[in-house]
Amino acid sequence: MTLNLTEIRKDFPILDRELRAGVWLTYLDSTATSQKPLAVIQAMDDFYRKFNANIHRGVHTLAEESTAMYEGARERIAKFINAASARQVIYTRNTTESINLVAYSWARANLKQGDLVILTEMEHHSNLVPWHMLQAERGIELDFIPVTEEGLLDLEIYKTLLDRRPKLVSFTHMSNVLGTINPAAEIIRLAHEAGALALVDGAQSAPHLQVDVQALDADFFAFSAHKMCGPTGIGVLYGKAALLESMPPFLGGGDMIKEVKLRSFRANTLPHKFEAGTPAIAEAIGFGAAVDYLTNLGMDNIAAHEHEITEYALERLEEIPGVKVFGPSADKKGGVASFTLEGIHPHDVAQILDQSGIAVRAGHHCAQPLHEKFGIPATSRASFYLYNTKDEVDLLVNGIYKVKEMFS
Amino acid sequence: MDDLYREVIIEHYKNPSYRGKLDPHDISFADNNPLCGDHIQIDLRIGADGVVTDARFDGHGCAISQASADLLIESIIGKSLEDVKKLNKESVLELLGIELGPVRLKCALLSLKVLKAGAYGLHEAGDELVE
Repeated sequence: MTLNLTEIRKDFPILDRELRAGVWLTYLDSTATSQKPLAVIQAMDDFYRKFNANIHRGVHTLAEESTAMYEGARERIAKFINAASARQVIYTRNTTESINLVAYSWARANLKQGDLVILTEMEHHSNLVPWHMLQAERGIELDFIPVTEEGLLDLEIYKTLLDRRPKLVSFTHMSNVLGTINPAAEIIRLAHEAGALALVDGAQSAPHLQVDVQALDADFFAFSAHKMCGPTGIGVLYGKAALLESMPPFLGGGDMIKEVKLRSFRANTLPHKFEAGTPAIAEAIGFGAAVDYLTNLGMDNIAAHEHEITEYALERLEEIPGVKVFGPSADKKGGVASFTLEGIHPHDVAQILDQSGIAVRAGHHCAQPLHEKFGIPATSRASFYLYNTKDEVDLLVNGIYKVKEMFS
Repeated sequence: MDDLYREVIIEHYKNPSYRGKLDPHDISFADNNPLCGDHIQIDLRIGADGVVTDARFDGHGCAISQASADLLIESIIGKSLEDVKKLNKESVLELLGIELGPVRLKCALLSLKVLKAGAYGLHEAGDELVE
């Protein structure tokens, strides 16, 4: 089924925004954060208007309702990624916190000096720095699956790295710069054969692809609501049940305990063991509404639409003299086009495009090592989501010609 | 907006008069803008009377950052180091002749930050230098 873009765009009030007289928003920055449909905005508004109460242990009506809404959202999110059970879905603040949870809880309990963690050269800083910190603290070793010129992971070198018996392979499912969709199932299978666990950074894949954590056989899968039509401030760490059971708690406080004495505590069961303190309740409910919205449209339909837009965008961008697009061809990537324009800094490109209402991002997109690999300080990045159209791609292309004219 | 890319800015970006390095130099300092990776190095020669006798900048970045560096260097040659220390945000904006939002302001002020950190002989260039 093809998406009805006219109807979909009506769901996102911000897409109608007139930024300045006669200049309407063209939002091509969904990889940074997606826009939110009315269904999500209203679910959160509704919660605060009618249901707001702290969750768990409350006996009054509002507390019961808010708890049911918070836990109901967890169940729909679990179903969305095909987790076997909702207790394997831990609410966090975002993907970054999910990865840090693994680094603080699992890794500090299981890794010792000299243990190897394999990452890749295309990681976001959120899947680099927690491991740098652990390296400084514990003396673990880090190695990296290289990125080829085409922007793919070099799996042959990965196989040789596995000979060193790593304890963990932590990698991005989809690059936020190159758009590359990595063969996650194969990477995980190989990791398991070598005796390592696998953590998948799904910040970019969960919004755009049908994710099945059981089919992937992922040990951990991390993602954020705000990149998939949901609010900021809430994300998820999925983990295999036995693993999560065996891990020590992350943050200590209310809700994560079963019993507290003056000098000791007993940790709560999953998923609450990892959810200390009053959580982002309205945000969790908004996240639930977001996965409902995506499920209704159909993740396969969303992926097909984005593929069509991306293919068109790459074709149009590449015909502009001086434009170089990074990453693989459209069949191997999601809706991301990071590019440079010869002789013009990405900041200038983004700033001049903004004058036509076109929102793209410029910089290293929290992936500085990847930019160093390609020998460039920064790129401009246009990214596409379920609400973007080919007309918007045309506006982008016209905008880039305008930039060139200004600098000619 | 087209104001933001006034011809003078594009001109200083494309054909800077003071791009390069000075060897020998009396003062040299470099820093990055962590948000976008822009990089500026400034070399100064100081005369016996404490006056900047020659100066150059090097680095890479957007048109705003590089043009403001070129304009800034042009403006300080012949000035005393004490006067250089007194330069502030307004001095740079005056040179550029434009108004800037908070993000691009960081691009425009990178060269001043580097210059003042060098002038004061600091180890690190802080934002307070250009406020």
